[in-house]
Amino acid sequence: MIALLLRDIRLAVRAGGGFGLGLAFFLIVVVLVPFAVGPETALLSRIAPGVLWIGALLACLLSLDRIFALDREDGTLDLLATSPLPLEGVVSIKALAHWVTTGVPLVLAAPVLAVLMSLPPEGFRWLVISLLIGTPALSVIGTFGAALTVGIKRGGLLMSLLVLPLYVPTLIFGAEVARAGAEGLAIETPLVLLAALTCVTIAVLPFASAAVLRMNLR
Amino acid sequence: MRAIWEYANPKKFITLVDRVLPGLSVLALAALSAGLIWGFFFTPDDYRQGATVKIIYLHVPAALMAINAWMMMLVASLIWLIRRHHVSALAARAAAPVGAMMTVIALLTGAIWGQPMWGTWWAWDPRLTSFLILFLFYLGYIALWQAIEDDDTAADLTSVLCIVGSVFAVLSRYAVNFWNQGLHQGASLSLDKEENVADVFYYPLLVSIAGFVLLFLALVLLRTRTEIRARRTRALLARERIT
Repeated sequence: MIALLLRDIRLAVRAGGGFGLGLAFFLIVVVLVPFAVGPETALLSRIAPGVLWIGALLACLLSLDRIFALDREDGTLDLLATSPLPLEGVVSIKALAHWVTTGVPLVLAAPVLAVLMSLPPEGFRWLVISLLIGTPALSVIGTFGAALTVGIKRGGLLMSLLVLPLYVPTLIFGAEVARAGAEGLAIETPLVLLAALTCVTIAVLPFASAAVLRMNLR
Repeated sequence: MRAIWEYANPKKFITLVDRVLPGLSVLALAALSAGLIWGFFFTPDDYRQGATVKIIYLHVPAALMAINAWMMMLVASLIWLIRRHHVSALAARAAAPVGAMMTVIALLTGAIWGQPMWGTWWAWDPRLTSFLILFLFYLGYIALWQAIEDDDTAADLTSVLCIVGSVFAVLSRYAVNFWNQGLHQGASLSLDKEENVADVFYYPLLVSIAGFVLLFLALVLLRTRTEIRARRTRALLARERIT
């Protein structure tokens, strides 16, 4: 399992076109927002948590189709499916690798971009914490979407349509934590719900993803 | 009473539909027109909402069926996954566009009612938002059916999507409650009599709901029959090409 994890991370970092791209996309989205709504600091700092969450979510979405598509093309996925490793484990590792290569950089980049969005200083901590807790759920849900659409040619657009509604609860709770944190309000309830959501998706969704993958590989 | 599983046989199912559909359609039409005409012309205006209250006869049944259609798809998907009855998968497929349309009707009538009443076409109210999300789920479900060529794989994948989607739809429903700024009124219908709308509006509403349920049933049966026939035609054509 660890070998597979390392392989996936290595591939993502070295193969190019995936690793840095999500980050660059995140940067672009956040940079574009002030152009659209104007450079007024008060407004920007008010919408900063939401914009940063949307940016992270879209950047996450962008890299989803790489989870299985390349492995399916060169047959690796068939080998993985017939290997002694249970497919649920493979799917979990894939999600973990996606999180390490996409989610973690997003979390690390978020404070820097938050400066651009003039997020209030007290909001930084909760923004990072909410992203840290929320992005694993994004990766796991995204892996499910990628597994659903792995057999479809040009399935990227369809995958967005399938995955984005599934992202809604995570987005609501995550952005709520970041927003309440920035405004100095109580964050316990949304934070706990966000953590619960992440735990449950990590526990349950790999089974659905593996089931879907098996159907697709039949 | 014969077991419902008999109708998993497409031939028996089609025979049943052929026999039931005409009566069902007439009943649906009768109940719908009775409920709507009664509701629109023979009930008083509400003392605060005026004539706009009458949109309830479209709005509430449509909203009800939008959710129930998804529930029906969920049950049909489970039956397909567990017992592998093709008719069940096709029924789920047939119900999706109908359910999506019901969602659109509920959202549109809600907007038309909301404009004079709330002074806005749309508000990010928990109920409205969760219906919009439900609509997105319908769209994704339909799109996934259309994107996959192999019928059985498509049925499998959409079934899983339906199950996962149900969980997330419920989650979203409670997540949006977070904003806590519900503009939408409480349930119009519930077992708790206190909460209900007044009796004058209640009975035509019930008739109208019955009409929507019958309409939904008739449409789903009709569409399922069409799907079965389309698939049979495809199979025949494929066989011809081989021989």
